[in-house]
Amino acid sequence: MNAMTGELKFSTNHEWVRLEQDNVAVVGITDFAQGLLGDIVFVELPEVGQQVQLNDEIAVVESLKAASDIYSPISGVILEINEALSDQPEVINSSPDEQGWLYKIEYRNLDELNQLLSPDDYNDLCQSES
Amino acid sequence: MKKTVLNETHQALGAKMIDFSGWSMPLHYGSQITEHNAVRDSVGLFDVSHMSVFDFIGKDQDAYFRRLLANDIQKINAQKKSLYSLVVNESGGIIDDLIAYKLDDRYRIVSNSTTMAKNKAWFKQNIKSFDVGIKRREDLSILALQGPQAVESFNQLGILEPITFEYMGYASDQSIMVSRSGYTGEDGLELILPDHAVAETWQRLIAMNIQPIGLGARDSLRIEAGFNLYGVDMDETNHPFESNLGWSIDFRDPERNFIGKDALLNIDAKSCRQLLGVIVKGKGMLRTGQKIKYPNGSGEVLCGTFSPLINASIGYARIDRGYAHNGLVSIRDKHTEVEFVALPFIRNGRVVF
Repeated sequence: MNAMTGELKFSTNHEWVRLEQDNVAVVGITDFAQGLLGDIVFVELPEVGQQVQLNDEIAVVESLKAASDIYSPISGVILEINEALSDQPEVINSSPDEQGWLYKIEYRNLDELNQLLSPDDYNDLCQSES
Repeated sequence: MKKTVLNETHQALGAKMIDFSGWSMPLHYGSQITEHNAVRDSVGLFDVSHMSVFDFIGKDQDAYFRRLLANDIQKINAQKKSLYSLVVNESGGIIDDLIAYKLDDRYRIVSNSTTMAKNKAWFKQNIKSFDVGIKRREDLSILALQGPQAVESFNQLGILEPITFEYMGYASDQSIMVSRSGYTGEDGLELILPDHAVAETWQRLIAMNIQPIGLGARDSLRIEAGFNLYGVDMDETNHPFESNLGWSIDFRDPERNFIGKDALLNIDAKSCRQLLGVIVKGKGMLRTGQKIKYPNGSGEVLCGTFSPLINASIGYARIDRGYAHNGLVSIRDKHTEVEFVALPFIRNGRVVF
């Protein structure tokens, strides 16, 4: 399959993956996830250059309620992390899909993308978990 | 679950409801941190009607409370201020903390929701030969209006004459009791009023654009302010001196034989464990039960939260003596540095440690 730039996919752990040009994907957590977590106070992100396998524990998002481990929905190399979250973790609550992105990763494995959910399938998942 | 009069109102305001010791209560109305900041910056409104109100009657009330309470009830008569006191058992263990008021010739006690049944039994059990009657007021609701603009906001309602009494002072008429007190470390008021009147008073305050505040922010505010929470920071296995409450025990009158006095006199308040404030240096949240260690001893985290003003996680711990300034807390299998400070962290919106 061809990866479409701008395409949005989801993991069953409530992460979103947005495909950009040149095999780059942006990863964040969804609005559904931030709603479950409540006010987010700390974020731990990977290092730029870090090699990541599928499902590696890649980040931690800690809210007043609990610390939530983020498992990478795709494998690859970390290209960039969202430094702004260090001072303003609450941006994940207010803008989970845009300004609250966690990291950018260069991916190689298109099969992994196939395993992720389409927006419709993700909506169904959220309904079933509500 | 038990419900306050305003239960549906909270839901209509979008509150996330939780079970707080058998009561359906609002945890937050969207963001705990937003609510926390509203109280520090301006004013917030809490429904705390889950708390217990007991009214007393009878000619032996003074003698009864002099025996029952670890603080001396006579102070109320001297100053027309409400009194914070512990109730301790014969072993010096803490049964509850509460606030006492005197309305004409009757005392009123406001105490925790978690301890209602236990307290009622203890109060009754200790009446013995005192001419004292007790009535739990299930017909009353309690609102807290807290923050630098709280008094001004209340005055705008025109329910009473503008407030002139100071901290811990109070006034009442047939329709309402207003106390200048609270659980947040800010200026503010606590209103005790009949169930049939609380909805209107709540709506009038909300209509002034006052932020409703849930139990989540109530907890983060009280931790910043250095106030204990019974059942979390202390219970019957703890005595006052290891709970940062030695100051509330009044030993001055040698004729006053209050329950637990002998046991408390036998505790060495200088060598026992201490309840202190803890601040995390760096990232990570303090949570109840985490272990703390330092060269000369160890301890345990009692409660934790996030302080927006300090921009770090803060909490309380009960630790051995012999500590210096720092220690290590175990957070998710990692040791993180913490600083020990004397409480409170904050007063009137400012860091004071």
